[in-house]
Amino acid sequence: MTRFASVLDLIGQTPIIDVSALSPKPNVTILAKLEGRNPAGSVKDRVALSLIDAAERDGVLIPGKPDQVLIEPSSGNTGIALAMVCRLRGYHLKVVLPSNVSPERRQLLFAWGAEIIDSPGAEGSNGAVRLAQSLSADNPEWTFLYQYANPANPEAHYRHTGPEILTDVPEITHFVAGLGTSGTLMGVGRYLREHRPDVQIWAVEPPSGEMVDGLRNLDDGYIPPIFLDNHGAQLLDRRVVVRPRESIEWTRRFTEVGLFVGLSSGAIMAGAVKCANTIADEDSATIVTIVPDDGWKYLSTGAWSDNIDDVVERAKSIIYF
Amino acid sequence: MTALVRIPTVLRPAMGGDTSVTVEGSTVGEILDHLTAEHPAVKGQLLNSDGTLHRFLNVYVNDDDVRYLGGVDAPVTNGDEITLLPAVAGGTL
Repeated sequence: MTRFASVLDLIGQTPIIDVSALSPKPNVTILAKLEGRNPAGSVKDRVALSLIDAAERDGVLIPGKPDQVLIEPSSGNTGIALAMVCRLRGYHLKVVLPSNVSPERRQLLFAWGAEIIDSPGAEGSNGAVRLAQSLSADNPEWTFLYQYANPANPEAHYRHTGPEILTDVPEITHFVAGLGTSGTLMGVGRYLREHRPDVQIWAVEPPSGEMVDGLRNLDDGYIPPIFLDNHGAQLLDRRVVVRPRESIEWTRRFTEVGLFVGLSSGAIMAGAVKCANTIADEDSATIVTIVPDDGWKYLSTGAWSDNIDDVVERAKSIIYF
Repeated sequence: MTALVRIPTVLRPAMGGDTSVTVEGSTVGEILDHLTAEHPAVKGQLLNSDGTLHRFLNVYVNDDDVRYLGGVDAPVTNGDEITLLPAVAGGTL
């Protein structure tokens, strides 16, 4: 089908590309699902549409009613996707954004008419969540969809991303994705558990931004409610952390297979490679991994062009997950 | 067994300011016990009273979260690198 009534009809049904040329082992196939193909450019299009549809279904948002305001904390992609959907559905969106996200994200939010509320960069995503919670409490007439806790987030992946993966890759043995809100891992993970109990679910922990984690002590930590609600600790088989340098290296290596992807994709690929390295030579495996977005929003980081030491240093203070 | 333990920024003030320390132990639990014996102020930050990991603390042996490797019983071999990471809403590079 090549003719669509709305840009929202372009969300989902993303292609899966064989990137086994990057696999460290000949007996391990690695396939990447290209979520950058969504119309607002990331996997979060699925989440944004699901959050808004659920709110309209529940009567929290009323299509056509004027002056409805939404507030949402986002490190970028959810805000951008929500901005696009809100523009089409006629809602006013306020995005609480850490001040140190890449400038392209700000531009995209502006393009779709979202209002940006800066949260302190040094407090990272935690700070954005805290500020959105407090603004929402002060303005109860605003709708706070709260992607970190809203079941419509993992539901988008349970209903769509998971089934798409199993249809395209029935031979899947491992699923590897990044841990942000945990929506992708919880939704796809739960779907795969139900239909292919033997599939291993691996989470990639983004490199922790020690400069921007906003913690005064450990009790300021944060676990997304949807991770707890979906029994994330039981759902996952492994959780691996990746380092800044390997994230940049794998972001660059994606270009060897013709893919220009965002920095979180490099981090997730580094995790997929760790996963591949656990497979014995006499076994075979098919790993499906997620490419959350393309590289365009990260050009200002110099990730592809500059000296890697400089890029790693610079990128340590940029939030991208 | 000796492992290198990387200390996150948030715990450094209570642990003498070091970014990493070398600690003896053959399991994650032993390593943390030795660490908290030396720096009693952080004990409540790392472990619950029943000896399990604090809910907002993620511990990695090399690159692997120990919650999926047996928790505090996860084995540590000579030269392993142990990273303590607070659970936060998102990451950066």
